[in-house]
This record gives sequence, structure tokens and C-alpha cells, in this order.
Amino acid sequence: METLLSIIFIYILVDNFVLQRFFGICPFLGVSRKMETAVGMSMAVIFVMTMATLVTWLLYTFVLVQFNLEYLQIVTFILVIASLVQLVETPLRKISPTLYQGLGIFLPLITTNCAIMAVALLAVREEFAFIEAVVFGVAASLGFSLALVIMAGIRERLELANIPDVLQGSAVTLITAGILSLAFQGFRGMLTL
Amino acid sequence: MSAPNPYLDDLSKGIIKENPVFRMLLGMCPVLGVTGYFINGLGMGLAATAVLIASNVVIAALKNFIPPQVRIPCFIVVIATFVTIIEMVLQAFQPVLYEALGVFVPLIVVNCVILGRAEAFASKKPVLRALVDGVGVGLGFTLALGILALVREVAGQGTIMGPDPESAILLFGQGFQPMGLFGQPPGAFIALGLLLGLTNVIFKKFNI
Repeated sequence: METLLSIIFIYILVDNFVLQRFFGICPFLGVSRKMETAVGMSMAVIFVMTMATLVTWLLYTFVLVQFNLEYLQIVTFILVIASLVQLVETPLRKISPTLYQGLGIFLPLITTNCAIMAVALLAVREEFAFIEAVVFGVAASLGFSLALVIMAGIRERLELANIPDVLQGSAVTLITAGILSLAFQGFRGMLTL
Repeated sequence: MSAPNPYLDDLSKGIIKENPVFRMLLGMCPVLGVTGYFINGLGMGLAATAVLIASNVVIAALKNFIPPQVRIPCFIVVIATFVTIIEMVLQAFQPVLYEALGVFVPLIVVNCVILGRAEAFASKKPVLRALVDGVGVGLGFTLALGILALVREVAGQGTIMGPDPESAILLFGQGFQPMGLFGQPPGAFIALGLLLGLTNVIFKKFNI
């Protein structure tokens, strides 16, 4: 229980996936312009990331390791993630076309969201047990969502700010992310596994 | 003036006009994640370039055999294969670099630059042009990583060619107190943001 709680705490705040580990920067910069899309993206990521960790962990432990096929890790993991994304995309298009439109290109691009692949790889590398791996997936996706939602809130206000010409757009977003990351540095060293 | 050479154009646009990092903002995770030291940034750039060139060539060669409905999974399998190869090569011949890059080596597979070039260029163009495009975009990516890593290492550590103490060159002597911020995660964001601002100024000045 203690380990599980520390995993949750560490990967949401201390070792935040976006702000401290640099996973999933593309969607973080891409869909954080509006709160609505940021929330939608977070939901999709939470679902895909949790499922991905669960499935890849089981596959790795019970198939790849059993048959000495560890070198197929990258190919297997990316295919699992790509299928999961498809699984989210198809119903979403039917259920909520507005959200589907809003997420735009970033939904299929969850496949190339490094955060998801990173969670799957790290769960294996850190030698987490099954429950720990799933909790790790949930915590990492919550950390991602937290960063994304905070960023969307800041950027909605930034729209009204007076920004120097050359820093317009991505440059000021990155500097804002840096300051946000600086704030999260405050949690540094509070907990380690 | 001779007729415009498409190869030269393919090569140069990846480096400057459509630089994947400074102009397109693609593949940002390794850009921010491994640029604490110049060597790591350069190694990461070259590894990604190798994968990009190989996957561009193979995808361009196979474009008539890949059914359009399942092209993305096909591209991903090709890319994943080359990433696995690169990972094994690095592990065998560059163990120190492999350790330093960590999980970012297998993560080349989800680098949007590579999938982006496969979808936008290699799957529509002849093999040779795809090769040249791969070289150009790869060099542009490596250049961006190198510049950012250089800035971060000089400001954050006061050295070049670290972290190995044998090859590290102390730039400002022993008494120098480096700006630790640039070695840390927030510094990566801030340094890249400022660099983007700088490239914006340069691009505007030369009207690129």
C-alpha cells in the first residue's frame, strides 16, 4: 500500500511526466490552447495509458519473457498502443463528434505520444509488479492531465497578454512551461521509490 | 541560373526552412529530454537520423505494396524495426551513450518527425528523394539538438564534451559557478523557448 501511494504521489507531482521527464511534449504544446480540448485529450490519454500499461505488462511478462523474445518489445508495444488508440477513436467519433473534431489530429497522434510508450517501457524497466504497473500507468496519466489542464488555464489567459512579437506562439508557451516546471521543482526529492 | 535541383531543395529545406524543431515543433521530447550534455544531444540526433533515413528509404521502396488503409501500422512496424536495430547497436558499441539516453532510445519509435516524414514525403516520392529528404531533416534535427545541448551544457555545467571528466573541457576555469537551472528540467523549456525566439528573429531578418 505504501509503495502504491508513493507511486501515485511521485508520478503526479514529484516526477511529473511532462514537466520533469519530458514525455508527451507534442500534445502538451499542441492541444493546450483551449481548456475544452485539453480536458478531452486528458480523458483519452488516461484511458489509453492505463490500458496500454496493463496490456503491455501482461504481454511482456507472459509472452515475450516466456519465449525469450524480449527484443520484440518495441514492435509489440507500439502495435498494442496503436490498436488501443483505434479502439478509442472509433466510438468517440460516433458518441461525441464535437469532441472528436476538437481533438483533431491529436487523437490518432496519441499513437506517437511518447508518454504512452514511455509508461509501457518504464513499467517493465523499473520491474514493477502487476498492480504497481497499473497504478503507475494511472498516476502517470493523471500527472500528464494535471500539467495539460494547468497549461491550458494559463494559455487561455496568455491570449490577452501583451507578448513581444518574436516570442509569440510556441516560444512563449515553452517559457511558460519552464516556469511551471520550476514550480514543480518544489516537490523535488520529497519522495523516492 | 540552371533549373532548380529538387534534390538540393529536399536537402536544404529540412535543415532550415522546415527545420523539424525550430519551425515545425516536432519530436520535442528527446529535444528537451537528452540535451543536458552536448554529446548526448548529438548522439540522440544521429541515432534518430539513422532511423529516419533507413525508414524513409524502405517506406519509399515499399510504397506500391502498402495498402493505403493500413499504411500507418505498416510505417510504424518499419520504424520500430530500425529502432530495435539502433538500440542493439548502441547497446553493443556505445554503452555509455546508451545508458545516458535511457528510455529515449526506444522512444525514437514514437518520434513524430519520423512518422511525419514517412506520411508526408516518403510514401509519395521516389526512393532517392526520400533518402535525401531523410538526410536533410535528420541533419536539421541533429543541428537543433546540438545547438540546444551546447547552450544548456555551457550555461548549466560550464563544460563542453562532458559528462565524462576525462573528455570534459572546463570553459571558465575552476572558480566558475554554473547556472544549475539550465541543467535541470525547467532550464530545458526556458532555453528552448528563448532559442525559438532567437530563430524567429533570424528567420524574419533573412526573410526565410
